[in-house]
Amino acid sequence: MPTIEEKVVCVTCPKGCTLQVTRDVQTVLKVGNGCKRGYEYARQELTDPRRMVASSVRITGALHPLLPVYTSAPFPKPRIPELLAILRMVEVKTPVTLDQTILEDVLGTGINIHASRDMSKIT
Amino acid sequence: MTFKDRYDMVVIGSGPGGLAAAISAKKNGAQDVLVIERDVEPGGILLQCIHNGFGVEVFKQDLPGPAYAQRFINEAYQVGVDFLLDTMVLEITRDHRITATSKRYGFLNIQAKAVVLAMGCRERTRAQVRLPGARPAGVFTAGTAQRWVNVEGYMPGKNFVILGSGDIGMIMARRLTFEGAKVERVLEVMPYLSGLTRNYVQCLMDYDIQLQLMHTVKNIIGKKRVEAIEAVAVDEKWNYIPGTEEIIPCDTLLLSVGLIPENELSRQAGVLIDPVTAGPFVDDGFQTNIPGIFSAGNVVHVYDLVDWVTEAGLIAGKSAARLIQAGPQKTEKVIPVKAGENVRYVVPHTLNPDHLIEGEIRVQMRVRQPIEAPVWVEVRSGERLLHRKPEPYARPGEMVTIFLKPALLDEVKAANGLSVAIAKR
Repeated sequence: MPTIEEKVVCVTCPKGCTLQVTRDVQTVLKVGNGCKRGYEYARQELTDPRRMVASSVRITGALHPLLPVYTSAPFPKPRIPELLAILRMVEVKTPVTLDQTILEDVLGTGINIHASRDMSKIT
Repeated sequence: MTFKDRYDMVVIGSGPGGLAAAISAKKNGAQDVLVIERDVEPGGILLQCIHNGFGVEVFKQDLPGPAYAQRFINEAYQVGVDFLLDTMVLEITRDHRITATSKRYGFLNIQAKAVVLAMGCRERTRAQVRLPGARPAGVFTAGTAQRWVNVEGYMPGKNFVILGSGDIGMIMARRLTFEGAKVERVLEVMPYLSGLTRNYVQCLMDYDIQLQLMHTVKNIIGKKRVEAIEAVAVDEKWNYIPGTEEIIPCDTLLLSVGLIPENELSRQAGVLIDPVTAGPFVDDGFQTNIPGIFSAGNVVHVYDLVDWVTEAGLIAGKSAARLIQAGPQKTEKVIPVKAGENVRYVVPHTLNPDHLIEGEIRVQMRVRQPIEAPVWVEVRSGERLLHRKPEPYARPGEMVTIFLKPALLDEVKAANGLSVAIAKR
């Protein structure tokens, strides 16, 4: 089976190593440059690319009109637009605390949406 | 809450540097620590950096900016740090008197035994990069746009061009795309990326946003509002290359063209500023030339990672706590650390070799010219090589860190100065 040589930039940590990936159509055979996490990243990136997603939802009664939120785990990349569309419709009430679950099992991915900070009610 | 007019330590700014310094001072024995913040809530610019990528080193977790800040805010309250919010510091004197003003508490005079400057940095503006063209609405710094989009809930435009490939610019390109805007182009005058490679991948490549290196804005077009910008290719000396002009229709131009440490208060206090970093000259405990005035974080030099800002704050807070308790220490010898071949600057500027007895000393620097090949980072005393560390490459956008080990104590002590160089292996 023919092998493909590819370069993948690992985004796991701020180093951003360029990984030299050797693979056939389905499986990653070898990953040069980088660490253990880089190998995992390359495998994931070439089969099921995922990203941490951070955005915001509406909040009422707080100092600001928006509550920043993030995904509890890396989210399937092709479905990010769907996720953003859902977040646009969400509105939460104060008080909210850091890491409070805002949405559960979003789009059936098993991934939750968490609050990125506390937001208390302003009086 | 009432505030005292005397504190062991006062920290100016409640961003990651200030929070870390305050917590660390408390934990290292400072009795009362006050943080003064001009915004209505603590946390600093992290609160508008809602993207992930913070805390990978400090917490071994990938956190959004507000979550990273929240952990330190909670810890600061827990260890008993006082906060004076919505308060602007007007002046700091060399004998640690602070004048500040706030709507709620009026005019304040506070005397501190030690001060930590943690005012962070500001974005370079249009005027500072001398962008030609008309002056319509729609030209903003990336950080201003970030505050509007992420905190206040306003979109600054629909079609964007971003000048500068700094991290905030690239992150805003993705953020604006998330919120339905179109980012037409990112232009970078240098032949290399000025932000981190990972941001190029996950912010620009992921969303097919085009980056053009060695390109800049030649003209801003529009009367009331930006209607287009004229982009142009440049040579190594930033001269326009005739015939390469391109009109890119857009309604907003964002600038991500660098950050400058904010040191107005430092200068007033007599703190000497390094013209290269635009931050104070500091020793390895982040003390400035004025005894008892320390500085932490982006006010010293602009870091790539908030994690390193935290580390710097922890060191500054610890040194300040030591000074508060033990008084100024006599140092036998202070060793200057100089930027050698292909190094633009090094922090700290001086070090006390006796601190090597307690543990390693962190030295951070930026390379002058990129080297896309394996390099040595070398520390020398005169001609003598004391320490070297291999790196796979050296890029101006990515800070280089080395540690001087306690084993070097005698050699550093004997040195008249150290110089750090980065050269091809």
